[in-house]
Amino acid sequence: MSEPTTLPAYTAPRPRSLFEPHRIVLMAIFAVLVFCVVWFMRWDWLPNYGTRLAYGVGETLIMLFSTAIVGFMLAVPIGLVQVTGPRPLSWLALTFCTIIRGTPLLLQLWMLYYGLGSLFAQYPEIRQSFLWPYLRQAWPYGFTALMISFAAYEGEVMRGAFAGVPRGELEAAEAFGMSRFKLFWRIWLPRAIHRALPTLNGETVLQLKATPLIATITVVDVYGVISRVRQDTFLTYEPLLLLALIYLCLTGLLIWGFRLLENRIPTRGA
Amino acid sequence: MTEPGLAIQVTDLHKRFGPLEVLKGVSLEAKQGDVIAIIGGSGSGKSTFLRCINLLELPTAGRVTVHGETIEMKPDGQGGLMPANRKQVQRIRSRLAMVFQSFNLWQHMTVLQNVIEVPIHVLGVPRDQAIATAEALLKRVGLFEKRDAYPAFLSGGQQQRAAIARALAVQPLAMLFDEPTSALDPELVGEVLTVIGDLAREKRTMLLVTHEMKFAREVSNHVVFLHNGMIEEQGPPDQIFGAPKSERLKKFISSIH
Repeated sequence: MSEPTTLPAYTAPRPRSLFEPHRIVLMAIFAVLVFCVVWFMRWDWLPNYGTRLAYGVGETLIMLFSTAIVGFMLAVPIGLVQVTGPRPLSWLALTFCTIIRGTPLLLQLWMLYYGLGSLFAQYPEIRQSFLWPYLRQAWPYGFTALMISFAAYEGEVMRGAFAGVPRGELEAAEAFGMSRFKLFWRIWLPRAIHRALPTLNGETVLQLKATPLIATITVVDVYGVISRVRQDTFLTYEPLLLLALIYLCLTGLLIWGFRLLENRIPTRGA
Repeated sequence: MTEPGLAIQVTDLHKRFGPLEVLKGVSLEAKQGDVIAIIGGSGSGKSTFLRCINLLELPTAGRVTVHGETIEMKPDGQGGLMPANRKQVQRIRSRLAMVFQSFNLWQHMTVLQNVIEVPIHVLGVPRDQAIATAEALLKRVGLFEKRDAYPAFLSGGQQQRAAIARALAVQPLAMLFDEPTSALDPELVGEVLTVIGDLAREKRTMLLVTHEMKFAREVSNHVVFLHNGMIEEQGPPDQIFGAPKSERLKKFISSIH
């Protein structure tokens, strides 16, 4: 027989101070870097482009949110039919996801803009239609390409999320007399979105960083503005560093926003 | 015609999964206030039988009548049955509350939200009234303090008690318990059985599939022993547990103790 041993009471480790030696050194190096960037590099152009930069950031954010929201609304049915059927729709959704996810976004964008866009221009019917003022601009093609790409990736995420909702919870909804519509709207969809939130967070960040592609078809987003700065000032690093900082901040904000959403329903052990 | 006073009447229920016939003609009558325990070994079809009553499983043949209303079924074209009237099924289901082995609380809602969900969104009860009822029920099962907690943060026993409150909130015509304590740690079984026992003493109509023989004997007024998809023996609990007639039931009872 072994003696009963009493475990020592658990004491949480003290949080490490911010001012430990190695941290101070790292912070000093970082401060020197920031100082060098500010002091030795050229930033005199910045005030001249303030308005345009703000406009570019706005354009980027509009593109991000509009494509993410519309894309997600498409992703829900795309994911759902792959779980529930009917077969033909499920195959259609699978084919769509495979093709879009299997080809580069840049290629899709150019196919739409240079391919479809120039095709449209050949038809007088289209040139005279009320849609032409939009179709002759670049942003509808950028929006469509980004939106379709988001729908395909998120369709796959939602397929997994729908399939992963425990069968028993859906059964309970059924057993309590919910109609199919209510079951979907009240139980299945919110439960699936809740499960998918962390993934959606990451995907939205990726979507943010896919937006500069639309600068290649002349939509002026924040990347487009920075390119313009580089052409005007013949500077390379300064504008690019600023651009990196801007994307970093936007990403931080996105992650923070999603965290707020995720924390509304606490999950255990995750 | 069904005489009034019958809560649930099941007539000649068959259920087939492919080549396997799980239920081979089971009939059962539950009067209002009856507490019927359904016992049997694994694979005897007792859970399937319960799930056929609210059509979570579609019976291959047979008839289910709830409070005098027969659930309309029609052939599904593959030798089985399917509901002929979806609305009727939903209406009947909403008053046949089920308590599951694995609780099946909706994990994205708090305990209180779980309890008011069906009254508000299926039965159309006004929100404040549903909340008042739900809070009273949660007090009753001892979970009032946990009303704003999410199910993942509760113990199994607490989750099952919340699920019972959810079931009571629809003012059920009858309650269906599908092995409500089988997924619980042994030390948590008691708290759930206490709640169910109280409900039984209130003369609520309930069908109880269970492995807790002592409990079944205590709270039920009728026991059904299923074996291989058929009723092998049934009767009052003292007779079933005290003086079983069939060999299989004798063996089953001795194997449990």
